[in-house]
Amino acid sequence: MRAFGALLRRDIVLSVRSGGGAGLGAGFFVLVLVLAPLGLGPEQSLLRSAAPGLIWIAALLANLLGLERVIEPDLQDGTLDLLRLSSLPLELVVLAKVAAHWLTNGLVICLLAPLVASMLFVQSQVLWVLMLSLLLGTPGLSFIGTAGAALSAGVRRGGILLALIVLPLNIPALIFGASAVSAAQRGGDPSQALLLLAALSLIAAVVASLAGAAALRLNED
Amino acid sequence: MRIAAETLGCVRGDRLVFRALNFSLEAGQALLLTGPNGSGKTTLLRVMAGLLAATIGRLHFLNDDRSPLSDEAHDQALHFIAHGDALKPALSVEETLRFHADILGAESASVAGAMNAWGLDRLSDSPGAFLSAGQRRRVSLARLSLQSRLLWLLDEPLVALDRDARARLHDICAGHRARGGLIVAASHEPFLDDASVLDLGPRA
Repeated sequence: MRAFGALLRRDIVLSVRSGGGAGLGAGFFVLVLVLAPLGLGPEQSLLRSAAPGLIWIAALLANLLGLERVIEPDLQDGTLDLLRLSSLPLELVVLAKVAAHWLTNGLVICLLAPLVASMLFVQSQVLWVLMLSLLLGTPGLSFIGTAGAALSAGVRRGGILLALIVLPLNIPALIFGASAVSAAQRGGDPSQALLLLAALSLIAAVVASLAGAAALRLNED
Repeated sequence: MRIAAETLGCVRGDRLVFRALNFSLEAGQALLLTGPNGSGKTTLLRVMAGLLAATIGRLHFLNDDRSPLSDEAHDQALHFIAHGDALKPALSVEETLRFHADILGAESASVAGAMNAWGLDRLSDSPGAFLSAGQRRRVSLARLSLQSRLLWLLDEPLVALDRDARARLHDICAGHRARGGLIVAASHEPFLDDASVLDLGPRA
């Protein structure tokens, strides 16, 4: 437990300090959505109906930023060997890394979402559905992303490979996340899509912890 | 602790890295691995650390009563100091060692002692990015002093160390062996008095 806490704390500190890139994802998320009205034009109804999809796509892309730094540096400098020799199971190593990535990326995006959504004329009564959808969906993105980072670690130019592995796997989250918000906008019931989103995150948690740990073990050969 | 290797060999990819190694090591003894670049010294150390599987032969780790060590006990009984120094540019020396103490399960109080033993007191607040190669090496070696463990696996420990640090390493290794510890080290330079030498020979 102590080793888990130490790893989580260290990863958060590393991503918050200079060169870490914790603010990068959040900054990218806001910037992409600030650009949307410039590309699509200022028409309120168009922006409002495009907003759920735009916000979720921006969240997906922002989630990719920083993933390259989740496993790769520890592999390069030998920290991963020490983690493999420690009493902490590799599944928990993956979990600590997912938690650090989500706290510095997904959670920040959840908190910023109402701000940028208002800029896109999303009705205020829909904002809580948007936040809830991101809160339920982004942990799954971090799980899948970290497993992808474990798989692509050690590969030259692994960042691009990482995006190619991770983005297709995140399509279901994008569909259910955006459709939950759209449903709420039309006055419908978003609960079904939200529940599916939560289910996706739970599945990702189980599969990605195991797959990520297996990838770290295989990394040697 | 006792270590015994029987016709140990390792194949990586299509390449036979080393083969037919036989050696044994008792409490207080040291083994020096020599051989040209690429002869498999690092690979052998990684096999001994359990990070790589030996593909040929057997490697036994035995307790003092000759019962085999479990995998978990094996991991908890060794320090592995590799080429990678496990240092982050943004973390200070003290933060780095505190993290390693947590990962090893060592007492938090051991950090100050380890910094003192390796002459790192004045560097405790320096971030990894500011350290010289020798200083990085010393931080890496300071892990040895965080927690007492029986087997030390050292990969080129002398590289980049100045005369003072070499003397410290020498004394600390001698103390470790006097307490019944084992050391396996790869080095191109003379290191460890009266250690048995295992020459991995020319690259196969």
